Amino acid sequence: MSEAVTTGSHSYGATYSEHPYKGIVGIYCLIVAESAIFIIFVVAYIYYMGKSLSGPTPKQVLDLPIAATVCLLSSSFTVHHGVAELRKGKAKSATLWVGITALLGFIFLCFTAYEWYDLIAHKGLTLQTNLFGTTFYSLVGLHATHVVVGLIMLGLVTVVGLRGKLETHHSERLEVLSLYWHFVDAVWVVVFTVVYLSVYMGH
Amino acid sequence: MATTTSLPDIDEETGGLPPSRGRILVEYLHGWITTVDHKRLGILYISSALIFMVIGGLEAAVMRWQLAAPNNDVVSPETYNRLFTMHGTTMVFFVGMPMLFGFGNYLIPLMIGARDMAFPRLNAFSFWISFFGGLLLYYSVVGGDGLYGAGTAPDIGWFAYAPLTARVFSPGHSTDFWTLGVFLSGIGSVGTAINMITTTISMRCRGMKLMRMPLLVWLYLVTSFLVLVAIGPLTAAQIMLCLDRYLGAHFFDTQAGGSAVIWMHFFWIFGHPEVYVLVLPAFAFANEIIPVFSRKVIFGYPAMVLATVAIAFIGLSVWAHHMFTVGLGPGPNTFFTLATMIISVPTGIKIFNWLATIWGGRVRFAVPMMFSVGFLFNWLIAGLTGIVLSVSPFDWQLHNSYFVVAHFHFVLVGGIFSMIFAAFYYWFPKMSGRMLSERLGKWHFWLFLIGFHMTFDLMHIPGVLGMPRHIYTYEADRGWGTWNLFISIGVIFQMIGIAIFIWNMIRSLKWGELAGPDPWDAWTLEWATTSPPAVYNFAEEPVVHSRRPLWDLKHPDDPDTDYEM
Repeated sequence: MSEAVTTGSHSYGATYSEHPYKGIVGIYCLIVAESAIFIIFVVAYIYYMGKSLSGPTPKQVLDLPIAATVCLLSSSFTVHHGVAELRKGKAKSATLWVGITALLGFIFLCFTAYEWYDLIAHKGLTLQTNLFGTTFYSLVGLHATHVVVGLIMLGLVTVVGLRGKLETHHSERLEVLSLYWHFVDAVWVVVFTVVYLSVYMGH
Repeated sequence: MATTTSLPDIDEETGGLPPSRGRILVEYLHGWITTVDHKRLGILYISSALIFMVIGGLEAAVMRWQLAAPNNDVVSPETYNRLFTMHGTTMVFFVGMPMLFGFGNYLIPLMIGARDMAFPRLNAFSFWISFFGGLLLYYSVVGGDGLYGAGTAPDIGWFAYAPLTARVFSPGHSTDFWTLGVFLSGIGSVGTAINMITTTISMRCRGMKLMRMPLLVWLYLVTSFLVLVAIGPLTAAQIMLCLDRYLGAHFFDTQAGGSAVIWMHFFWIFGHPEVYVLVLPAFAFANEIIPVFSRKVIFGYPAMVLATVAIAFIGLSVWAHHMFTVGLGPGPNTFFTLATMIISVPTGIKIFNWLATIWGGRVRFAVPMMFSVGFLFNWLIAGLTGIVLSVSPFDWQLHNSYFVVAHFHFVLVGGIFSMIFAAFYYWFPKMSGRMLSERLGKWHFWLFLIGFHMTFDLMHIPGVLGMPRHIYTYEADRGWGTWNLFISIGVIFQMIGIAIFIWNMIRSLKWGELAGPDPWDAWTLEWATTSPPAVYNFAEEPVVHSRRPLWDLKHPDDPDTDYEM
């Protein structure tokens, strides 16, 4: 009996090719889980807005990170283009686009590093200073951590591409990475609005 | 390690003689530790949960010993605080979740006709990091105070309310062991949830449409979604607590304008969905076991799926019913009272569907079915006291009393653990190839049921009489003494029941009756393979045409495909 039910004329490969690629499903699940974490940090930031017992306040010390934002947001387009090129079989072009993405991400991190250096060394804002410092560094830091993770992976892809090992059938996996990168970008849009733009909206 | 355990080396060293027993043992353990097979990982999950269950159970037993009489001094107040903290944390994070993930890991690929989970290595990672989290929590007993003094376990309660967790009030490292242990277990849970969702979506065999999946797989899918959404807040809150304790941040520091209440919100945004994370798999077991032992199709399959999804969504918006006494104001109190009451509607639908499944069936009272029926009764009572507590003015009277303790132990022990035991008796033959003893199983069932009701029925009464939870002792003139004595006597029955259960598993592994592939005459795909299944589960891809592929096979003259929509 057990053989009868398990004997099918189909192989798993044919069935599974009709289902969504598991890497894509997995990364969407991860994005849901990560969003939950970010939402809590964003809620904490909003909840503690204006509740610091001492200065400095966001208005006194924060500048709009426009150049950094432009870098990070445009990197979403470059990584998307990289995936599209790899799908067409253009491995070299894909490597270039992924490399540019990594570079843009790196520039973004440099801006963040300079901003933090300026805040800590010159403007006297640390994690311990007040509630603003606590929530600011943890939210922006959590995002920056995700950028670092993304950079490591983008860097790996670039190295693999430079060694000529990137092939068309890797495009699905590269798409997984690009989805993660889009997520990091989307989170930045929220962080940018809540942390930086809100300063100019009367908070 | 790698060189000493590979086979060619053994031959060289022993000169062609068969390997020694020690080497065989090392090989065997090496196989288990490096495994990425979903069945072995499932068994590892379940085994580690059983070990922690015994530890957590003994902690509860010591607490009941302490509370059996007024002014007792079995343990000190400090030890008592540590006992209830460790008991709660252990039971939720290192017994409940791993136990249910273990069954899910084992059953989901088999039930959807797959050969493994979607990400086998992530699966192994998730198990080991959760398990390590448990070890880290218990390492606090040795290392809790760091270099000075003896170690201590955390004593902050399983929900670790601020500002007690601040460095000033909880010096030493015991709180950090709690934070990091729970944090690691959360990472493992998210990994497993990702794996289960992806497996369900991408690995179903031919013909296994979503609405043909066994209900167990459906419920695990919804549970996994809840894990994804609910563990995040806990992880975030643990990161914040770590930042507070180590780097001097002020998230929960009331001296710097921080809020203690926001910790409660963050914790219960995780904490209440967590109840459904634990209970939906228990429902899942009931959905598989009750039809097989009633010899009928599950009643209202689509309604069951819808009710499950409804429970998950409403379950995300009821968390503040843990916080009525905080003073949220009339608006939130009304909202959370109503949301909590509404969630009893889909739960009620489920109970009616199970009853309708049993109704008119040829019921076989084997041990899995006995536990399932016990579950139905216990769960109903648990739900009713839940509705009582959802009424915020009533909750103000009973909050933090033993009534609440009795209520959630009805949920967790009477509801969830009953179904976990049922699942053991039902699937142990599949996992081991041998049946558990029905005779010992009945002893286990009756002793545990009597002990459970003695303990937790009676526990409502001192709660109504005003006995608060988390107290290490009480005065004799309060009138709580007799109740507490009987509550504690019930624990003895439960302990004997659990001991019989564990003995039953040990003896059945060696001497149990051989099970064969399908001992219960069941209908889902896991019973189509050998017991235990081969590493690859199915030699060839199964093809299913209905919700009960094995029924179709056994009754070609009357297949389910004729009836299903």
